[in-house]
Amino acid sequence: MLEASGITVRYGRQVALDDASLTIEPGVVTGLAGPSGCGKSTLARVLALMLRPRSGTLTVDGDPVLRWRQRAPRELRTRVALIYQQPRLAVDPRLTLADVIREPLTANGRPDDGRVAELAGEAGLTGDLLTRRPHEVSDGQLQRACVARALTLEPRYLICDEMTTMLDASTQAHLVRLVNAYRERTGAGVLAISHDTILLNRWADKTVDLFDPADQKQP
Amino acid sequence: MRIATWTLAVLALAVLVLPPIVQLDQSLVDLRSAGQPPSFAHPFGTDEVGRDVLLRSVYGLRVSFLVGLVAALVSMVIGGAIGLAAGSLGGLPDRLLMRVVDGFNALPHLLFGIFIVALFAPSAAAVVVSVGVTHWTTAARIVRSEVLSLRTRPFVEAAVSGGAGRMRVVRRHLLPHLLPHLVLATVLMVPHAIWHETALSFLGLGLPPHLASLGNMINDGQRSLLTGDWWSSLVPGLFILAPTLAISVLAQRWRDRSSPRWRSELEL
Repeated sequence: MLEASGITVRYGRQVALDDASLTIEPGVVTGLAGPSGCGKSTLARVLALMLRPRSGTLTVDGDPVLRWRQRAPRELRTRVALIYQQPRLAVDPRLTLADVIREPLTANGRPDDGRVAELAGEAGLTGDLLTRRPHEVSDGQLQRACVARALTLEPRYLICDEMTTMLDASTQAHLVRLVNAYRERTGAGVLAISHDTILLNRWADKTVDLFDPADQKQP
Repeated sequence: MRIATWTLAVLALAVLVLPPIVQLDQSLVDLRSAGQPPSFAHPFGTDEVGRDVLLRSVYGLRVSFLVGLVAALVSMVIGGAIGLAAGSLGGLPDRLLMRVVDGFNALPHLLFGIFIVALFAPSAAAVVVSVGVTHWTTAARIVRSEVLSLRTRPFVEAAVSGGAGRMRVVRRHLLPHLLPHLVLATVLMVPHAIWHETALSFLGLGLPPHLASLGNMINDGQRSLLTGDWWSSLVPGLFILAPTLAISVLAQRWRDRSSPRWRSELEL
C-alpha cells in the first residue's frame, strides 16, 4: 500500500495541505476529488516523493520514506510514477517523443528500444510521431507519450493528476483504458485525481474527497 | 544595430587580415618618424618613437579580443560550475556557495584584480587569471537562478521520478537549457574583460610595455598629449570604445530577441 498520513505542506506561510491522509491499495483505482486549489496536486507530488511535507509520514509497501526527490533511493522513487496534468510542462522540449518514453529506461541503465516501441504502440503513438518533438504534436499525443513514459518501469503505483483534463473524449477514453489494462495486468494501485465527478464515478473503485473530514479520518 | 554590426565586422576583419599581411616588429623604433600627425603613409600618425599607431592599435585590439574572450570564458566556467553546484545541490552547499559569492561581490573587483595580477610577471595569462577570478560571480548568480527555476519544472521532476541521478539531470536536462544563457553572459562579459585588460595594461600591470596593447598605448600616449600629439592616445581609446560598445549593443539585442519577456519588462 502507498500510505500517506497526516501530511501537511506549506509554501512559506501559505498552508497548501493540512493534515491530509490517503491510502492507495494495489489493484484498486482510488479517486481523489476536491475543488481547484485544495491541494490535490500538492498531495500527488508528496506521494511521488517529489515534495517533502512539513509533517506527516509516507510509506511505500511498508517502507517509510525518509528522503525525497533525488535523495530518495532510486528503487523507492521508481515504485511510484506521476502523470502530470499539463504534458507540455512535463516533457523536456528538446527531446523527441521516443526519447521521452526511453528516458526512464536509460536513466536506469537498461535501454530497450523494443519496450519503447511496445509502449508507444499501446499508447496509440505511430512511428512517425516518435521522431517528433513536443511542439510538433498535439496535447493529446504528448500526454500519450507521458503515460507511456510513466509505465516503462512498471511502477507499483500510478498517480494520474488530472491526466485527462483538456483532452478530447476519445483520447480520454484511450488513456483510461490503457491505465486500467496496466492495473489489471500488474496489480498496480492507481490514484485518479480529478474534479470531474462523472469521470471518477465511472473510473474509480472508491473516491476520497480531500475536503471531506470523514474521508480524512480513515486513511 | 546596423552601425554596431558594421563596426564589429570591420574591426574583426582588420584584426584577422592585417597582422598576417603587415608584420609588426614589436621592438622596432624609428625616431626619424616620431610624433608624425595622421598622413597618407600613417593614417593615424606615429607615436613618440615613430611606431605606426594604426598598426599597433590593430595588434593591440587583437590581443584585447583574445584576452577578453579567454578571460570571459574562464569566468563563465568558474561561475557556471559554482552556480550549477549551488542550484542543483540546494540546502547548505547552496547557502555556503552563495555567501562566497557575496564575499567576492563585496570586494572592489578592480583592486582585487590588480592584487592578483601583481602576483605574476606581466603577461596575458596573468590578466586572464585576474579577470577570470574576479568576474565569475555574475555567471554563478545567473546559472544558480536558472537551475533553481529548472529543477522545479515538471519535466525535471519526471526525470528524477524515473530514476535519473543528479549528474544525469544536470547533463541531460539542466546544461542544455543553461547553455544559451551562458553563451550570452560570456559575450556580454567580453567587453568588460577588454576594459579590464586595457586598464591593467594602462596601469603597467598587464602586458609587458614593449608589446602592442591598447592600454600600453594610451599610457605611452599620455606623454605625447603634452606636445600636442592627440592621435597617439585618442586612436587606441577609440579602438577600445568602438568594439566594446558594438559587442554590448549586439549582445543586448540578442538577449532581447531570445527573451521577449525581458524586453517587455524593460519597456514597461
